[in-house]
Amino acid sequence: MTKSYEEIPLTPISNTPSTMNMTGLWRAFRPIVDISKCKRCTICWKFCPDAAIKLVDFVPVIDLKYCKGCGICSAECPAKCIEMIKEGIE
Amino acid sequence: MIEVRFHGRGGQGVVIASEVLAKAAFKMGFEVSSFPFFGVERRGAPVTAYARIDKNPIRIKSSIYEPDYIVVLDSTLLKGVDLLEGLKPGGKVLINYPDDKTLPEISDRFQYYTLDATAIAATHGIGSKMTPIVNTAIMGGFAKMSDWVSIEAMLEIIREVAPVKKDENVEAAREAYERTREVAV
Amino acid sequence: MRQVMTGNYASAYGAKLSRAEVIAAYPITPQTSIVEKLAELVSTGELKAKFISVESEHSAMAACISASIVGARTYTATSSHGLTLMHEVLMWASGARLPIVITNVSRAMAPPWSVWADHMDSIAQRDTGWLQFFCSSNQEVLDTTIMAYKICESRNVMLPAMVIEDAFILSHTSEPVDMPEQEAVDSFLPSFSPELKVEIGKPMGFGSLVKPDQYMEFRYKAMLAMKAARERILRVEKEFKQVFGREYGGLLENYRCDDAEVVLVAAGSTAATAKDVVDSLREKGQKVGLARLRVFRPFPHEEFRALASKVAGIAVLDRSYTFGVSGAFFTEIKGSIYDCPKRPAMKNYIAGLGGRDITPKILEKIFDDIQLFVKRREETDVEWVDVAGLPRRWH
Repeated sequence: MTKSYEEIPLTPISNTPSTMNMTGLWRAFRPIVDISKCKRCTICWKFCPDAAIKLVDFVPVIDLKYCKGCGICSAECPAKCIEMIKEGIE
Repeated sequence: MIEVRFHGRGGQGVVIASEVLAKAAFKMGFEVSSFPFFGVERRGAPVTAYARIDKNPIRIKSSIYEPDYIVVLDSTLLKGVDLLEGLKPGGKVLINYPDDKTLPEISDRFQYYTLDATAIAATHGIGSKMTPIVNTAIMGGFAKMSDWVSIEAMLEIIREVAPVKKDENVEAAREAYERTREVAV
Repeated sequence: MRQVMTGNYASAYGAKLSRAEVIAAYPITPQTSIVEKLAELVSTGELKAKFISVESEHSAMAACISASIVGARTYTATSSHGLTLMHEVLMWASGARLPIVITNVSRAMAPPWSVWADHMDSIAQRDTGWLQFFCSSNQEVLDTTIMAYKICESRNVMLPAMVIEDAFILSHTSEPVDMPEQEAVDSFLPSFSPELKVEIGKPMGFGSLVKPDQYMEFRYKAMLAMKAARERILRVEKEFKQVFGREYGGLLENYRCDDAEVVLVAAGSTAATAKDVVDSLREKGQKVGLARLRVFRPFPHEEFRALASKVAGIAVLDRSYTFGVSGAFFTEIKGSIYDCPKRPAMKNYIAGLGGRDITPKILEKIFDDIQLFVKRREETDVEWVDVAGLPRRWH
């Protein structure tokens, strides 16, 4: 609802950090990693625009709370070990 | 109001010379303003600077076209553009010029003073041998030529302004003051 | 104590005396000696501030914005292309309501390439939501920098300000400046403590997204702040006079305008020369005056309306040109006085672009011309002064 100009601060302020924004809810496609094919090159981790990939022993672990499913990791993986599948289908 | 124009080359300290004059006159109780014509010139290119001195506060911000005094830090400039352009009749000209040479043919409507600032600066080790910085010596000469700025005020400001070799700069200016002479043309 | 210094040193000492805490700057001719002086003052410890060398003016303003958001008093300086490169972030600073003060050494825009005095760079920023002060002396540059912080940081303003000095004509001219004592400035200008700021343990996003249903309310508040700045400028100047004994005539300084038949409107260094010209023409019996446009934002509507009711003619000198219209001062003054019951004859003079010298002679001719114009209006009301190839002689 629109607030009166008298009730708002000088400039719009957000009091919550962006990590409170669960961007994983936006996802239509989910990355699935085939660890057996992973060369541990970490290119997926470097390219993830949302920093939603953690590395465990140089192998990617996707943080699905924040992964928007953009597919960049899948497109960049030289070993073709990340597959994008439609959300809701296991 | 007294107006002064300085001619020299980039690297000789032309702009600082105009500031030294302004600061010395200010020390003596005058109102002052000094400014360069700043181009995008580099070392060696002709540089012009100006100074205004008055009893009242100076508001005018335009350039100087009809100076009372002209100071020439580099005599090779005498061959180029008309350095004396706009100088008021009876105006005074101070030229850094070798002691053993006579001035070339020049208008007889003005009064001329010369001093060998290059030799004096070199003797005192100011700047390099090839390109001595002559501004402090020339300002000693200016105190001799004018009857309104004292050599004491000039030396005090030179000591204040010189970033290095303060004693040498002061001595150069003092020697220049002694050796500046009026020449007939 | 009075001492001889350049306009650029006056700017640097203005920032120093205001105890700027963060300075982020990128050097550009003819602003460079401001940055050099401040870097020196920081390195010797004379000024306790964080000096940030950045890779561009856009980054300089971005750094200033971040520093201001955490509650630091912030300063930068630039000129011409540097200022226009900042354009985007200037908008951000005012929208985030950050009272940053910058010195703009006003210089022409290229091409043709030029490093000399011209107001185009400053005028091009008139819609960014910054206060704009045009200065006419080195003393005014120093004093205005100090006053600008006090004006901008007040709770009902919280907008950034631009202190404008003309390239070379002020920036590189040495003249006597009375340097106030630090203690006096400290008691005049309290330290900066904004109501809202980002603190450790209290994260916050400034200027976040709002939908169309809330955007206008924020702009409306900024509009009110710019309105409030008017009274604040007058009050701070009054206080400044009480402490330091100097004043500058508010937003529009009227010089010998009381019984004037025609007045010249000019800003910056030209206005200083114009005072001499007014005095000499007055001695010859001409009823002329000078209205020095000191503050362009907020625009002095009321002052111009009061002036319009008293005079028969107004000559407006613009040191910039808005293509397809006229000088910016001219259109805005005209707009201000449109519904005045008595409207004087007005003519615009475009002069001094790219550092072309504006001599007393040229100003005298402008006064002659406006007096004729009042009696016999010409077809054109915008004249370019001292352009080779045009019939009128100005020298």
